[in-house]
This record gives sequence, C-alpha cells and structure tokens, in this order.
Amino acid sequence: MTDHPDLVRRSAARLAADLAARDVSAVEVVRAHLDRMDAVDGAVHAYLHRDDEGALATAREVDAARARGEALHPLAGVPVAVKDVACTVGQPTTAGSKMLEGWMPPYDATVVERLRAAGLPILGKTNMDEFAMGSSTEHSAYGVTRNPWDLTRVPGGSGGGSSAVLASFQAPLAVGSDTGGSIRQPAAVTGTVGTKPTYGGVSRYGVIALASSLDQIGPCARTVLDTALLHEVLAGHDPRDSTSIDAPVPPVVQAARRADVAGLRIGVVGGRDATGYQPGVLARFTEALDRLEAAGATVVDVACPHFDYAVAAYYLILPSEASSNLARYDAMRYGLRVDPSRGGASSAEQVMAASREAGFGDEVKRRIILGTYALSAGYVDAYYGQAQRVRTLVAHDFAAAFEQVDVLVSPTTPTTAYPIGEKVDDPLAMYRLDVTTIPANLAGVPGLSVPVGLADEDGLPVGLQVLAPAMADDRLYTVAAALERDLVDAWGAPLLDRAPEVSTSPVPTPTRQEA
Amino acid sequence: MPVTDDVLDLTEVLASYDPVIGLEVHVELSTATKMFCGCATTFGAAPNTQTCPVCLGLPGALPVANAAAVDAAIRIGLALNCSIAQRCRFARKNYFYPDMTKNFQTSQYDEPIAFDGHLDVEVPTGDGGSFTYRVEIERAHMEEDAGKSTHVTTGGGSSRIVGADHSLLDYNRAGTPLVEIVTRPLVGAGEHAPAVARAYVGALRDIVRALDVSDARMEQGSLRCDANVSLRPRAGEDRRGPEQLAVPLGTRTETKNVNSLRSVERAVVYEMTRQGAVLGSGAAVTQETRHWHEDSGTTSAGRPKSDADDYRYFPEPDLVPVAPSAERVEKLRATLPEPPDRRRRRLQGEWGLSDLELRDVVGSGALDLIDASVAAGASPAGARKWWMGEVLRRANAQARELGEMGLTPEHVAELDALVGAGRLNDSMARQVLDGVLAGEGTPEQVADDRGLALVSDDGALTDAVDRVIAANEAVAAKVRGGKVAAAGALIGQVMKEMKGQADAAKVRALILERLGVAG
Repeated sequence: MTDHPDLVRRSAARLAADLAARDVSAVEVVRAHLDRMDAVDGAVHAYLHRDDEGALATAREVDAARARGEALHPLAGVPVAVKDVACTVGQPTTAGSKMLEGWMPPYDATVVERLRAAGLPILGKTNMDEFAMGSSTEHSAYGVTRNPWDLTRVPGGSGGGSSAVLASFQAPLAVGSDTGGSIRQPAAVTGTVGTKPTYGGVSRYGVIALASSLDQIGPCARTVLDTALLHEVLAGHDPRDSTSIDAPVPPVVQAARRADVAGLRIGVVGGRDATGYQPGVLARFTEALDRLEAAGATVVDVACPHFDYAVAAYYLILPSEASSNLARYDAMRYGLRVDPSRGGASSAEQVMAASREAGFGDEVKRRIILGTYALSAGYVDAYYGQAQRVRTLVAHDFAAAFEQVDVLVSPTTPTTAYPIGEKVDDPLAMYRLDVTTIPANLAGVPGLSVPVGLADEDGLPVGLQVLAPAMADDRLYTVAAALERDLVDAWGAPLLDRAPEVSTSPVPTPTRQEA
Repeated sequence: MPVTDDVLDLTEVLASYDPVIGLEVHVELSTATKMFCGCATTFGAAPNTQTCPVCLGLPGALPVANAAAVDAAIRIGLALNCSIAQRCRFARKNYFYPDMTKNFQTSQYDEPIAFDGHLDVEVPTGDGGSFTYRVEIERAHMEEDAGKSTHVTTGGGSSRIVGADHSLLDYNRAGTPLVEIVTRPLVGAGEHAPAVARAYVGALRDIVRALDVSDARMEQGSLRCDANVSLRPRAGEDRRGPEQLAVPLGTRTETKNVNSLRSVERAVVYEMTRQGAVLGSGAAVTQETRHWHEDSGTTSAGRPKSDADDYRYFPEPDLVPVAPSAERVEKLRATLPEPPDRRRRRLQGEWGLSDLELRDVVGSGALDLIDASVAAGASPAGARKWWMGEVLRRANAQARELGEMGLTPEHVAELDALVGAGRLNDSMARQVLDGVLAGEGTPEQVADDRGLALVSDDGALTDAVDRVIAANEAVAAKVRGGKVAAAGALIGQVMKEMKGQADAAKVRALILERLGVAG
C-alpha cells in the first residue's frame, strides 16, 4: 500500500501539480491505482485488461526524467485508462468482441502514441459494448460493467468501462469514443465528465471503426478541467486520418480555467419539460439553467425541428457504415477462426461464415443485417440516401440555432442509469435513449456532459449536455466549468463524494434471457 | 481445359449480327507508393513484405489518398479529352473475397474523377489502309488493386481454385493504385470491331506510357483489359444508321484479363463467333464473365454476372472528397505530352514515311528509338535503316525488344555519322554494330579497335582495279560490250583485293570508268 491512500481520489490537475512538486512519484500514483483496481474491479468489472508492468515502467521513466530535470508534459506520470477500441502495442485490443479475443495490434493508435509521448502511464483497457454498439456495456462479449453508484445498474455505454473506472477511482483520466453518445451518456449516468470533440478534432487512426462518419475519440475525467487537459493531449491534426482537421486545437484548457458565462447566449433545445424524461432529470436540468442565468448567461429556447428524425436517420447510417467496416473480420488474417469442417476441408467462404457466426454477438449481427439491407440495391436511396438527407437537415438546424446562441444545452440522457437487464431485449427502447446525444454526431459538432446533481427519485447522477459549433470546443469547457464551480460550491464537495463506497465483493449478474 | 463451344464463321456472324464491344482497361499506376498508404509498389518483392496496417486492413487503420496517384488519374483523364470532376468522392464496393483485406474495394462509383472523353484511334483495314474511329470514353476512375491469391494442390501447383487444397495470399499488390478507363459501347465498327478493340487498347497503352504514369506492360498485368462483347441482329444497310442503332443491345459477356494486344483482337473475334453460334442455334447468350485462354485462343465460362450484382456502394466516409482546383487541373494539363497519334503524324511527315512504313516502325516499337536517334544527330533515313534493319533482325532472332538490345540512340547516331562521313561502308558498319552489341564500346571505339576504315587512297584503289581488269580480260570484254551486270564479278574481286575496306559504289564507278562504259 502507498503512503497516500487518497491519491486515487485526486484530480488529474492536482496529481500533475503534486508530481511536478515532487510531493509524490509517478510510481506511487500508479501503484495507488493498481491497488484500487485490486480492491474494487472485481465488483465493477471496468477493465478488460490491466497492464501493471507497462504502467509502472512508464511511471519509472517519468520519475527518472523528472529527477534528471528534463522538461516534461504537465500530465506526465498521471495515469490513464483507454477504451478497448484503441489499438495498443503490448496490450490486447478486442473492441469488446470475441472476434478479436487476444488480438495484439502491431501498431498504436495515434491517440495512444500521444498519451505515450506525453508520459501518461496506461493502466489498462476498459470494457465496452461489442464494437461500441450499445448504451450499457451489456453487449460486451466479456461481461457487463457495473455502475459504481449502484452495482445493479448499467454504467452507460458503449464506454461504460471508462466511465466506471473514473467513478470508482480506478483512474483519474480515460479515453473514450463517441459515435452516438458513447462518451457523454456514460459520463451522465456515472456523475463524471466526458467530451465528444468536433468531428476531425481528434485522430481516429488506430481506433477500431464503428461508423466512420460518426465516430469521434474524446477525453473522460471527473472534472471539467481534467477533461480539457486530456482533450489537449489527444487533439490535433494527424496526416494519417484523412478526415482530421488541419487547424489549431481550440483553447480548451484556457476555457476551462476561465469558466465564465457572463454575456453568453445559451439555447435550450428540446424544451424544459419534454415528455419521456425522468422528472428528477428535468428538475436538475432546470435548476442548472437557473444557475447559468444567475451567472450572467442569457437562456432562450431554440427549435431544432429535425432532431425528431435524428434517431431514425442515425440507426440507418450507423449500421450501413458498420456493416462495411466490420466486413474485415473474416478469419482470414487475424482474430477468431472457426473451421466448420474441423478437418480443414472448408472453403474460405465457409470459414468466414462460421467465424462471423461464432465471433459476433446478437447486437452486432442485428446492425450488420440492418446496414446490409439499407445499402442494398433498390433500397439504398429510400434508407441510406434518405437518412443522409435528414443528416443534412439536422446540420442545418444546428447552423440556424448557432446563429441565435453560442451554445445549446439539454439533459444528456432522458433517464438516470437503468437496471442491468431491463432493456437488453428491447433494442428500440435502448436506441430511443440516444435521442439527446445523436444529433451532435450527425452534424459533427462537439458536445460535453457535466454532472448537475442527483435525481430525487433514485439518487442517481444527472448530466447536462453542452453543444457548440464545430471547432468551438472551448465554449463547452467554459460553460461546463462555470456550472461545475457553482454546483460544487453549493454542494460543498464534488458530486462523486456522495457515491457509496464500492462493495468489494462481486455481485451476481442477472442473467439475460437468451432468445 | 476442354473447350466444346461451337463457333460460327466470322463472315456468317457479320452477315446476321452487329457486334457491339465495350472495353474496361485497368492501368496500374507506377507511383512510388500505394493508393492509400506509404507502402512501396515494387514489382516482384518477397510476398507480404510491402504491407502495413492500412493495406492489410487491420482494425483501426485508415486510408489517405495518394496525391501523386490523383494527379496521374487527372492527367490520364485530360489525355483522353475528359472533363475533370471539380469534386468527387471515393466509394466502397462491398464484397467478400480473401484477397480483399477489408472485404470492400475503395473505388469510385457515381462520381468518377474524369468523364465524357474520347480517343481517336487509327484502325488498320487489313489491306494496307486504315481509318479513324472515335472511341467514346465514359469515365476514368481511381481505385485500389487487390492482393494476389495462389491456389495450391498437394503434389503440384495449380492456379485454379477448384481442386486446390489451400491458397496462399500475397498482399504486396493490395492497395496498388489503378485507374480504370471505361468506354461507351463501341458501335458501327462491323467487321472491324476486333481491330478497333486492339487499336484502342494499343493507343491507350501508348498514351499512358507517354504520360509516364504506368509501365503499361500487359504481360506483367500493369495494363489489363476486360472485353465486353455482344451481338444484336442486323438492321438496315448502314451499321451506323438509325435502324441499326435502334436495335437494343444483345446480352454481353465480359472476357477478363486479356493480356496482349493480339489477344484483345482474338478474344473479340472468338466471342463474336461463339455468340453467333449460340444465337444461331436459337439459344440465348448467358450474361457472364469469361476466361481467356491464350494457348487455345478460346474463352470459357466464368462467374455468372447479372446487372443485379449488388456491391452496396456508398461514399467512402474515411476519405475526404477529391476536389482539384481549376488551377491544379490546368497545371497538370500543361504537363501533357504531345498526343501519340499527333506525334506519329508529325514524325511521319518529318521522316517522309508511307503509312505502311510508319505502321511497321510503330509495330516494332522503334518509333521512340528512331526519334531519339534523330535527336542525337542521326539522319531519319539512317536511324530507321539501322533500327528497322540490322537491329530488328537480331532482336527478332533473340526474341528480345529493340530497347533491350543494349544499343542506344546515341550509338546509332554515331554509326550513322561514321557511314555518312565515308569512314565505314555497310559491311564494316555491320561489323561495328556487332562489336557495340557485344559490349565492346561505342561505334568509334569498336571501329578503331577492330581497325575498320575505308581506304580513301584513290591510288591504291585504282591500282587494284587495273590489276583485276588485267587478270580478267574476258569479263572486261563483256562489260565493254554492254553487259554492265557482269561488272559485279570484277567489283567482288576488287573488294577482295582491298580486304573489304573500300566503298563498293566507288569501286563500281571506277571499273566502269576504266572500261569506258557509262554507269
């Protein structure tokens, strides 16, 4: 055990300052987190893979470099967890799928390269819905991750592993990916912070694709400033990603420190009393609006009429792209290989079919079939084509809204975390919960979720989503940081201090009814 | 492979049917790196040594378009008189096959980089004449090549998948940039349809070589031709007349990977005669791909292909659209070489060649060599004489290309100058050529080393002539009596006396002068 039992509860910014002041070593920080993982991850199941040795090795290098007086990145030595969707040399990368069980990538994703270059020890790879398809981690091939606030509930998804790691103090920083809300929604239901940057703001190179035109990699943390600090490490132009934006990274850290909404015009999208939203979610949301107004912002309602069609369009575009992106998992070069004849007499086609049948879970198969259908001759215009037109209209709605306001806000999710197993057999119900987060992915604009309190009826965290125009990611941080400061002042402590201590005994999982 | 298809006589086919052909030519670009990654494209490297996460389609890898390949595609489009898209996207062509690492090919679908062009080709008519045929180009688009499968059977290699017990995959070629050039249906060529196909592919090959964007070697697969052939009933006298054009196109077959110009022509002929027999028997042509068999000159059925083949095309979301500025296009246009057909006509005029002579020069691959020799100082006639004569004869005997003989245009210019200056006669020049081809050095060096030079001392020559006349009085008398042809024997003897180092024409003139006979 370490001499600093509270190290795991410190923010990344605080750890960075302590490391710089040599109050603590990077090795001590990493060891504290490894100890915490030993203590709680049996119950939470947020990590799919731990890299104790790799993290300690990085920490030792950082400590040695600091001892030599070398110039270090401000976050050097602050540990990070990476969603299992990003390729990491030396650690398996599975995207939560049996198809890639044990696959060792021969290369690092650009974001992983950047973490290594900045000296952040990578603690391990976090759980996720298979190929990021899902909103609960229940679709992981390796078992569900539990919400640290209530172990019988989901931690959100697909990046539930990253959000749970933060909420259970198993890492101060985590990398996520967000195709329709997979960073923001888990952040909201675990009382943490997460940002989906502007599309093209962070390189996707080396991150296993779900839907290429929607996927975006982003930072997750427990505070707005920490999120901004990680954002700055991850972001920036990458010539290996054709869709990467070649422009300076928005000044996100500066914005998080400024935390000033005076004079800012804030638009409420979707109304303040939308049907289908949990009362406790709406109550915390409207209180947050009042606080923003009190802090000097102007809050107005804004209409985005085409957002109503966003979920339908999204669930055509995503499966279409995914059906093509996932075609490469065919057992010919890597990954799971099933030979149906067992004697080697099968044709390549038979091996492909048997391997895909065995390697993909139900939700992945469902979306591959949907996407294949939506792209088929005779249907492509009615489905994929029509969805693309809706996408354009959603983008126009955003453009019109940002003529009137500087940022848009909404509840991040309609409800708080739901019980494990409740929606797993009702995909449409699960899809509909993405209604608030999906429009940002369709339009490529940035979004962030910040905790705004607990719902009265269940005592679970509620998140507020901030959306900004493309490449104005800094606005997310100034709004969220202002709100966070105001709320933490009012609460007297960070929201996560109110989370129950995670029981260290594993909890039985309600088993899913197989179809 | 046994081929049991019946064929009809070509004349009979043409009497009843109108052939329509369409050609899809894949040109492998000779860029240093692949279409979407930085891997080398060197031909013949050890299997799977020129690969990376991108061309292996590893999870997470992303493509980035090769700007040099885009430039090459634009230049090909411009050379084919196409319009260049101001903005176009790549598309994914989805199908499963082990040589496709991503199980989709990154190609272009409804937004090709170049479209609506044409190429005028000279088509020989077989009787020494030729005519110009305008081939309409529908599109030229960019795409990536697949890897290469080798199907293996135990106890002996095989290239066929049927009966193979395993397959080897080499992804070195995966991701190599290709430009596919698609013609509109070529109508109205009638009996010349096979020759049009050949002439077009040949002209296209010349263009991409002149553009220096591809080796365009059909035998190595860097230029591949798929020939679509269909027959429709004859209608009206004129194959380009409204009655004929109103007849709907027949069912087509697509003969894949025809790997020489000659085979393009043969494959079209074969498919016309095969389809003619099918239709003549009252049956219908099956829409399918067909394999070309070089040895037997026939095709065999491949995969059935219907218009309903569903590749589920959609715009490639991992690549930003290609949007070449007007400036960039004009800059590329300025780099276009003189079109090969125009250059040929210019050189024909400058060198004073007949159509037939020009065709021989082009057909033997000597055009560039002669042009370069002239540029190096040779006379057009001299350069053509050497390349098309002695060098070509030796190349044919050794089954080698003219350009591979180890003789440079500078050598030919030097040789031509030595003859022109009277230092060498023809037989000496041939000996010098042998020396150069044997690697003994430049023509000057060879002539010096071998001591080859014409005797320019008239005294020695006159003495020799007088000696020979004196020794052959009977022959001399015949010549004096008007049988000038008899002088040949005297010339031969003089040349022998001079050990070959005399100008035969000059010897002849001297003998006739001595005998008082007019040449």
